[in-house]
Amino acid sequence: MNSASHLAVDHLGVQYRMVKALSDVTCSISAGRLTGIIGPNGAGKSTLLKAMLGLVLPSSGQVIWGERPLHQQLDRVAYIPQRSQIDWTYPATVWDVVLMGRIRKTGWLKRYSTVSRRLAVAALERVGILELRDRPIGQLSGGQQQRVFLAKALTEEAEIFCLDEPLAGIDKKTEAIVFDILHELAATGHTVLVVHHDLGQAITNFDDLILLNQELIAYGTRADVLTSSNIQRAFGGHVPFFDSKAA
Amino acid sequence: MWNLLAEPLQASFMQRSLLTAVLVGIVCATVGCYLMVQRLALLGDAISHSVLPGLVIAYIIGVDIFLGAFIAGILSTVVIAWIHTQTQIKEDAAMGIVFSAFFALGITLITIVQKDNKIDLNHFLFGNILSVTSREVLNTLGITLLVLVVILLLYKELMLYTFDPIGAQAAGLPTNLLNFGLMVLIALTIVASLKAVGVILVLAMLITPGATAYLLVYRLHRMMILGAMIGVLSSITGMYLSYYYNLPSGPAIVLVAFIFFLAALLFSPSQGILTRSLHQAS
Repeated sequence: MNSASHLAVDHLGVQYRMVKALSDVTCSISAGRLTGIIGPNGAGKSTLLKAMLGLVLPSSGQVIWGERPLHQQLDRVAYIPQRSQIDWTYPATVWDVVLMGRIRKTGWLKRYSTVSRRLAVAALERVGILELRDRPIGQLSGGQQQRVFLAKALTEEAEIFCLDEPLAGIDKKTEAIVFDILHELAATGHTVLVVHHDLGQAITNFDDLILLNQELIAYGTRADVLTSSNIQRAFGGHVPFFDSKAA
Repeated sequence: MWNLLAEPLQASFMQRSLLTAVLVGIVCATVGCYLMVQRLALLGDAISHSVLPGLVIAYIIGVDIFLGAFIAGILSTVVIAWIHTQTQIKEDAAMGIVFSAFFALGITLITIVQKDNKIDLNHFLFGNILSVTSREVLNTLGITLLVLVVILLLYKELMLYTFDPIGAQAAGLPTNLLNFGLMVLIALTIVASLKAVGVILVLAMLITPGATAYLLVYRLHRMMILGAMIGVLSSITGMYLSYYYNLPSGPAIVLVAFIFFLAALLFSPSQGILTRSLHQAS
């Protein structure tokens, strides 16, 4: 993998009907680093992630990876949605969901191969829930649900990982596993983008940060972004859980 | 007992009707599982009511009425999707508006045509399975096989799409095409079931057996297989009840399916109302 490769976000903007959700975001996201997207509620963090992948239609701008638009190379991207976006009453087991990560690699009209099954077992082992493989997804805790989706993403053998609030409402043990895996992915040259919801202790895990509030407030290393004036501009007067030592 | 089961089969119209009922039980329950897991039960109702004007127009201009029904069913889903993407009207309201308008048009057309021809509105609304012809049995068989083969071939893609549509899009699947394909499968299924249960009761065959299975098993393919078995059992039981007690066939089938649902609702090992309170008591 080319470690110099980066995701070029170029003047990306999103408009929902008449409401501007995000305007004119330009930044360059490096592979091999763990990048967090932070900002207050309604700042457009998930929207940025979805617009980058073409899941919501941008009203302006583009995202280039290598030579081509990113949304034309989705087979190289693993996306983990917010847990609340998923219907957890769906009739499926942990195993069913993890195998879904292999759909593109498997191709149309084919069954999942032995290789796919082996990858799924390895991924479940990596996130520590192999013993839950036959459990219906409706009977999982929040942390276990998150680990199922992380395992699914791992089976995709992607180069870019996009996670939407993977730490919302999960236990400390899952949080440690998630970060351990994300650090490992970054260390092996993957691009890892994570929408993150608060400024607590966990933020020290990120190498780079994208600070948003409907527009780009700051982008760069954690130390560069987490200055009082940037935080003030993004969050206004009210700053939740901000620990200046985290920078 | 044997005679009781064998006697109706001696009449060839009963053989055809039973075969049709069995096929409808299988295909409706299987396809209906997709409607249920997407919380689109109402869409089944919308498409089935919307086929009525297509049936009548096809009858008037002299083409296959099932073709007319299919086109009208697909057209209704297109109009529903168009209203709900072009305006802020939610999908359920769009369905309500479109299917009632299509249905009203169908009733109006039938009433006009009825004056000069001997066609019976009731047969469209509630089915008339006892009059099914050999050709119609073959039609239903063909549609059932086609639908089942498509589901088998696209099983994993349709599962991801119905489980997590945004995730499916993020995986690069053609979600618009999958959605349209699903609508085509549903419309085909409804068309194949018209003769058996009619446009009003087909919803029960789409939803009830799958919902019953959903209370008992945890994986989509098992839900489809068990749902199809419950659908077949309901169809056969309903047909025999209808034969011996002179009940209308469609409603008899639907009521049997509902009794199976009720049994699962009360006694499902994991989700049953009675069994659950027993767990809690002990």
